[in-house]
Amino acid sequence: MAHIQLKNISKTFGNHTALSNLNLDIADGEFFVLLGETGAGKTTTLRMVAGLEKPTEGQVFIDGVDVADWGAAERDVALVLQQYSLYPRYTVRQNLEFPLKPKIRRLPEAEIKDRIARAARTLRIEHLLDRKTDRLSGGEMQRVSIGRAIVRKPRVFLMDEPLSALDAKLREALRTELKNLQMQLGATFLFVTHDQIEAMSMGDKVGVLNHGRIVQMGTPHEIYNNPRDTYVASFVGSPPMNLIDGRLVNDRAVMAPMNFELPLSGGTRTGGATDGRPLVFGIRPEDVYLESGAPVEAQVHDVENHGVEKIVTLRVGDTMLRATVPARTAVAIEQPVRFAWNPDKVVLFDKGSGVSLRHAG
Amino acid sequence: MATTMITTLDRSSRAAARGLSDISIRNLFIIPTILFLIVFNIFPLIYSLGYSFTDFRASTNAPANFVGLQNYRDLLNDPYVWSNFAITAKYVIISVAGQLFVGFGVAMLLNRDIPLKGFITTLLLLPMMLSMAVVGLFWKLLYDPSWGVINYALGLGNFEWLADPRMALYAVALTDIWMWSPFVMLLSLAGLSAVPKHLYEAAAIDRAGPFYTFFRITLPLVAPILMIAVIFRTMEAFKTFDLAYILTSQPTAELISIRLYKMAFQEWQTGRSCAMAYIVLIMVLAITNIYVKYLNKVKER
Repeated sequence: MAHIQLKNISKTFGNHTALSNLNLDIADGEFFVLLGETGAGKTTTLRMVAGLEKPTEGQVFIDGVDVADWGAAERDVALVLQQYSLYPRYTVRQNLEFPLKPKIRRLPEAEIKDRIARAARTLRIEHLLDRKTDRLSGGEMQRVSIGRAIVRKPRVFLMDEPLSALDAKLREALRTELKNLQMQLGATFLFVTHDQIEAMSMGDKVGVLNHGRIVQMGTPHEIYNNPRDTYVASFVGSPPMNLIDGRLVNDRAVMAPMNFELPLSGGTRTGGATDGRPLVFGIRPEDVYLESGAPVEAQVHDVENHGVEKIVTLRVGDTMLRATVPARTAVAIEQPVRFAWNPDKVVLFDKGSGVSLRHAG
Repeated sequence: MATTMITTLDRSSRAAARGLSDISIRNLFIIPTILFLIVFNIFPLIYSLGYSFTDFRASTNAPANFVGLQNYRDLLNDPYVWSNFAITAKYVIISVAGQLFVGFGVAMLLNRDIPLKGFITTLLLLPMMLSMAVVGLFWKLLYDPSWGVINYALGLGNFEWLADPRMALYAVALTDIWMWSPFVMLLSLAGLSAVPKHLYEAAAIDRAGPFYTFFRITLPLVAPILMIAVIFRTMEAFKTFDLAYILTSQPTAELISIRLYKMAFQEWQTGRSCAMAYIVLIMVLAITNIYVKYLNKVKER
């Protein structure tokens, strides 16, 4: 197990900058999720830790040792890729044996057997061991590919969107399995994904990557409740945080075009929030309530039924905002409703830079 | 009537105006080829099968007598013919193995990012595009004991490449390897570039060494296409005639096709040579069948 550090990493491909000045610190035994959109530089970061890619600038440390000159083999990492990369023409067992068989560190036969049996049991692929890999379903292939990582005892597990090619049910199941696995092994995980649900549900720590820069790093709770800027606020969460332009007048949020007003509580205010300053108010959909006596009137623009809850899109003039309400709430499209928000949960962002006032300090 | 037929032909086209349907156009293209095949391939094939059971000699006017399986019996009991087969087998093995080794080796070297890769590949393919006779004549000059470039470059003095009975067959095989390795290289390159890069990365992560990676990943994935190269080259090498005929007249390098040629056109034993040709044909078919069976097995794995 290992402690991974990336210091001032930059990476350019030709004149395209994939990563700029990236700093990461992944503690031993931590499940670290790198979250970002396609092309944000997640995979590049991962490949750099794996030793498949060299940083243009900066250093990678594993357990405090600069590994710049180490190849993938010496770094002793395990990598699970989105496209599985199972070895074709081999059975599942042969695939699992592969990392254990090279001559240099050949293990005794009994040990190999034992490890494969244990990995197969953990991933519930025991019945597939003698099957050829091309006769497997996507989910089974991905389990085998995870299995190939865990039969070894690598210092770090690197996972590049291992679940994104799977269907929803399986993704959920494997999410739990992976998290349990990590806790059982006490292993360091670097997990790359564009799916914020995966990041929220699995990560001990989440790093949000945007255009090759880490925008925010913290526990899923911090990222969700206290996003550093409007990018994180709108990227994390489904549906995303409502972001409404407005200004502060006498401790109340006044929304610009339609001039509707909502109260703020003292807790959300910081020194930077002076009267009249143009701001963006962020509020999670679950903190928006529909109540008959609430201060603002809106039209129901759209209703999405999710079973346990409904996501209602409200329209006030040109401003749209979403509210998550219990499924039993009866709403119809174009019906007038009244809403309020939880004044303790409002996040204030600077209008120009998009940075949260709490983080700007 | 052409107009009543179901046709996909454009009705305003000139062909349609002339009353042609697409079926008649298809026939127009196919029938000449089929006729050609029948007249020049299938008919002689069957006709020669008939001759193979007779003592027919094309050089005389004497009528052909039916002799049953006598020709086949004689040929298969003839130790000289068997020695020709042994020579041919040796030649096929040396030449195909050499081509496989050189061709695949060069393909491995070329399968990476190097400057002028396309240009180098094209240059390496040139030998394959020459005519057999031209290659034979040129290599005869290269092998020449007194002023040949090979002896000069290797400092071998007056070494007899083609006149030495022990060396002649190897010299012919060497020429064949030079000429046809590019073919194996081309097929291998196609196979190698089809191996997904992420497998190599996965192997590197799994800490497999270069040999382990080669034998466990590269070779199994390229094997089917290599098998195809081997089938083609074996068939070709088995019927090598021109190259060996031009290069040497050593009896130790007398391949089965040369023996066949001599039997048919120097000794004029037409009936017997037909029988011989059939024996060779059956052998080639048998060997090819074994390969194809094996190829299918490789593919299934």
